[in-house]
Amino acid sequence: MPRPLAAFAVLAVLAASVAWAAGASRVAKPVVAVERPGSCVEATDVMRRDHMRFLTHQRDRTVHEGIRTKRHSLAGCVECHAAAKTGSVLGPEGFCQSCHAYAGVRLDCFECHAARPGGASAGSAR
Amino acid sequence: MSDPGRRAFLGTAAAALAGAAIAPGIRLVELAAARSPEEAASAKVRWGLLVDANRCASGCTACVTACRTENGLADTGRPRTDAQWIRIVDLRDPRTGREARAPVMCQHCAHPPCVDVCPTGASFKRADGIVLVDRHTCIGCRYCMMACPYKARSFVHENLADQKPDVPRGKGCVESCTLCVHRVDRGGTPACVEACAAAGHGAMLFGDLNDPESAIAKRLRELPARALRADLALDPGVRYAGV
Amino acid sequence: MATVVHRELSAAAWRFYGPLAVLAAFVAAGFAAFLYMETNGHVVTGMDNQIVWGTPHVFAVFLIVAASGALNVASVASVFGRTAYKPLARFSALLALALLAGGLAILVADLGRPERLVVAMTHFNFKSIFALNIFLYNGFFLIVGVYLWFMMERRMNRYGDRAGLAAFLWRLVLTTGTGSIFGFLVAREAFDSALLGPAFVVYSLAYGTAVFLIAAALVLRWDAQALDAETTVRLGRLLAIFVALSLYVTAVFHLTKLYMTRYHGVEAFLLVDGGVYPLLFWFGQVLVGGVAPLVLIYSPRTGKTRAGVLAAAVLVVAGGLAQMYVTIIGAQAWPLAIFPGWQESSSFFDGEIHRYAPSVPEVVLGVGGVALAAALVAVGLKALRLIPDPCTASSSPPPTSPPARQR
Repeated sequence: MPRPLAAFAVLAVLAASVAWAAGASRVAKPVVAVERPGSCVEATDVMRRDHMRFLTHQRDRTVHEGIRTKRHSLAGCVECHAAAKTGSVLGPEGFCQSCHAYAGVRLDCFECHAARPGGASAGSAR
Repeated sequence: MSDPGRRAFLGTAAAALAGAAIAPGIRLVELAAARSPEEAASAKVRWGLLVDANRCASGCTACVTACRTENGLADTGRPRTDAQWIRIVDLRDPRTGREARAPVMCQHCAHPPCVDVCPTGASFKRADGIVLVDRHTCIGCRYCMMACPYKARSFVHENLADQKPDVPRGKGCVESCTLCVHRVDRGGTPACVEACAAAGHGAMLFGDLNDPESAIAKRLRELPARALRADLALDPGVRYAGV
Repeated sequence: MATVVHRELSAAAWRFYGPLAVLAAFVAAGFAAFLYMETNGHVVTGMDNQIVWGTPHVFAVFLIVAASGALNVASVASVFGRTAYKPLARFSALLALALLAGGLAILVADLGRPERLVVAMTHFNFKSIFALNIFLYNGFFLIVGVYLWFMMERRMNRYGDRAGLAAFLWRLVLTTGTGSIFGFLVAREAFDSALLGPAFVVYSLAYGTAVFLIAAALVLRWDAQALDAETTVRLGRLLAIFVALSLYVTAVFHLTKLYMTRYHGVEAFLLVDGGVYPLLFWFGQVLVGGVAPLVLIYSPRTGKTRAGVLAAAVLVVAGGLAQMYVTIIGAQAWPLAIFPGWQESSSFFDGEIHRYAPSVPEVVLGVGGVALAAALVAVGLKALRLIPDPCTASSSPPPTSPPARQR
C-alpha cells in the first residue's frame, strides 16, 4: 500500500473509533419527556424541524408589532414543556437543553427569557 | 412652608381630585383599547404619559418600586451599574429655593435620538409610539445611551437570572422603560401609573394622546404641561406639568 | 518615479520572532481581558450607566483616527506628487490598515454582544453615523488594500496614483464620519458641534504622521537600516503644521462654545475645575501634545535631528491619547441637563459629575489593540515586499528614466 494511502486508512479507523467511543459513552441521548398530555401546537416532526422558524417569526411580530398570540410564543413552549421536577426547560434533562446539547446547537434564548413558567404578570385591567 | 393641618387637607383634596380626574379616564381608555392579541399595534394610537409634578408626593417612590417589581429589576447593591428604568429626580430652583420632584423615564419621543443613532435598527419606535429595544439585534454598543437626552437607558452590566416571563432581559444589551408594553398590549396600564394611583397621588396619567376624548388629552388641554428638553423638538410622549 | 526596490523585512529569525512573540503576548492579554469582560459583563470595568464609553474607546478612537492619518505619507507621494516619500508609501498603507484593524478589534471586543458582529454587518440603520462608519471602515480596507496592490503590482503601477487619490478622499470622509459620531450627539453639551467632523480630520493628520514617524523609525531599525535624517526632518515639518492646525481647531471649538452662555458650565468643567480633565487638557493635549512638539521641531537645535523629531512624534501620540480621554470621557462626566435651570439629584446620579476610573481589563484590552496593530504590521512586512531596500532607496530628486521593475 502506498504510504499516503496507509496513513489515510489509519486516520479513518482512528476517527471512526473516536466517533464510536464518543457516541457510546459521552453524548447522552436527549431526554424528550413530555409530561403534559395533549398535542403540541404543530405536528411533532414539524416542530422538530421548524420550531426555531416559528419562534423567530413570532418573536419579530411580538417585539415590533405587539402581536401576542400564544400559539408560537416561547412562553407557550416553556408553559408546557418545563419539567415538573425542576420547573424548567433547562438543566441536563430539561426539554430544551438536553436536545440542544445532543444536537450541539447553542441555546441562548434563556440568557434573557425565563426558562420556567411564571404566568403572565397581571396586566391588570384598566 | 405650611402648617401640617393645611398640608394634610391639601393632600386629601389632591387625592380626591386625582380620583375624580382619573376615574372617567379609566373608563374611556378601556373602551378605546379593544385590541385582540393577533392585532398589530396601530399608528392611530399614540401612547403617552402626563406627569403632574405638583402631585408627586415627597418621599414617595411607589412608581419606582412598582417598575422594579413588574420588570424584575433587582437591586444588586451596585447602583452605578444597576438598571433604572424610572427614577425620581429631585429638583431645586437655585434662585428661589423652590423644590419639586418628578419621575423620569424613557420619554417615548416621536423623533427618538436613540433610534436615529442605533447602527442595527435594534432601537425602534412601535407604530403606537412606544420606543423599544429589540434585544435580538442589539449589539451592546451603547451609542443610544450617548444620544439619549434624558439618560433613560441602562446597559445590563452582568449576568441575570430569574427574569420575568413577560420581560426578557439579559447581559450585554441596552434597555429602558417599555411603557409596560406587555401590559398595554393586554389592555392594561403601566405599573408605575397604577402604583401612583393606588398610593392615592394620581400624579401620572396614561392614555392615547391621539384620542381627543381620552383623559390624558383632556387633561393636557387644561394643564400647562411641557416636554422635557423641548428645545430639542423630539416631541416626547411623556409630558410634565408643574416643573 | 525613483527606482526603488522593495523587499520583505530582513531580520534574523530570533530578531523577528522575538519581538513578534512579545506583541503576541500583549495581544493574548488583550484577548483574555476581552473574555473576562464578556463572561462577567461590563460590571468588572470602570464603565457604568453614566460613563458608557471608557478607556477601550479612548484607544480605539485614537487608533482609528491615526489610521487614516498614517496614510498621509502615501497620499503625499501619490496625490501631491512628492516622490521623495514614494519608497515609504507601501509601508504607510500597511500601517493605515493595521491601525484601523487594531482600533476596530477593540471596539468589537467592547461590545455587549460581540458575537452579534454579524448582525451589525447585516442589519443597517442608514441614519446612524455608526452604521455609516461600518461602510466607511470596510471601504477603507478595500480601497487601501487595492491601492497597496496597485503599488506592488508592476502592471497596475500606472493606476497607483488614481487609487491613492481615491484612498485619500475616502479617508477624509472616514475621519469626518468618526468625528461626527460625537459631533451629532446633540444631547451632550461637550459634543453637539458639526466642527468635530473636520476637527477629527485635522487631528488624524497629526496623530497619523506621528505614529508613522515612530513606526517607520522602529521598523527600519528592525531591518538594520535607518529612517534617513532628511525624510525625518521633512516629516517633522509636516507634523508641526498638523499639530499647529490641531491647536487652532481646538481653540476655535472651545471659543465658539465659550461664546454661548449655555455652555459655560461644561467649558468651565473641562477647562478649569473638572479635576483630571483640565489637567489632561492643558498639560496633556495642549502642552505635551501641542506646544512641546512645536518647540522641539522649530527649535534649530532639535528640529534638524532625528531624535528631536521622533521625540516630538512620541509627545504628539501621548497628547493625542490625553485628548481622546478628555474628549470621550470628560464629555460624559458632565451631567445632562434634563431640567435646565433646576438643580437635579436622583438615585441615578442626575445633576452630579460622574466619576470614572479606568479598570485593568479596559487598559489591557486597549493596549492589546495597539499590540494587534503592531503585530499585523510585523507580519505584513515579513510576508510582503513593503520595505525599501537601502541600496536602492534614495530621497534625491527623481530620475527621469522610465520606471524599472518594481520588485
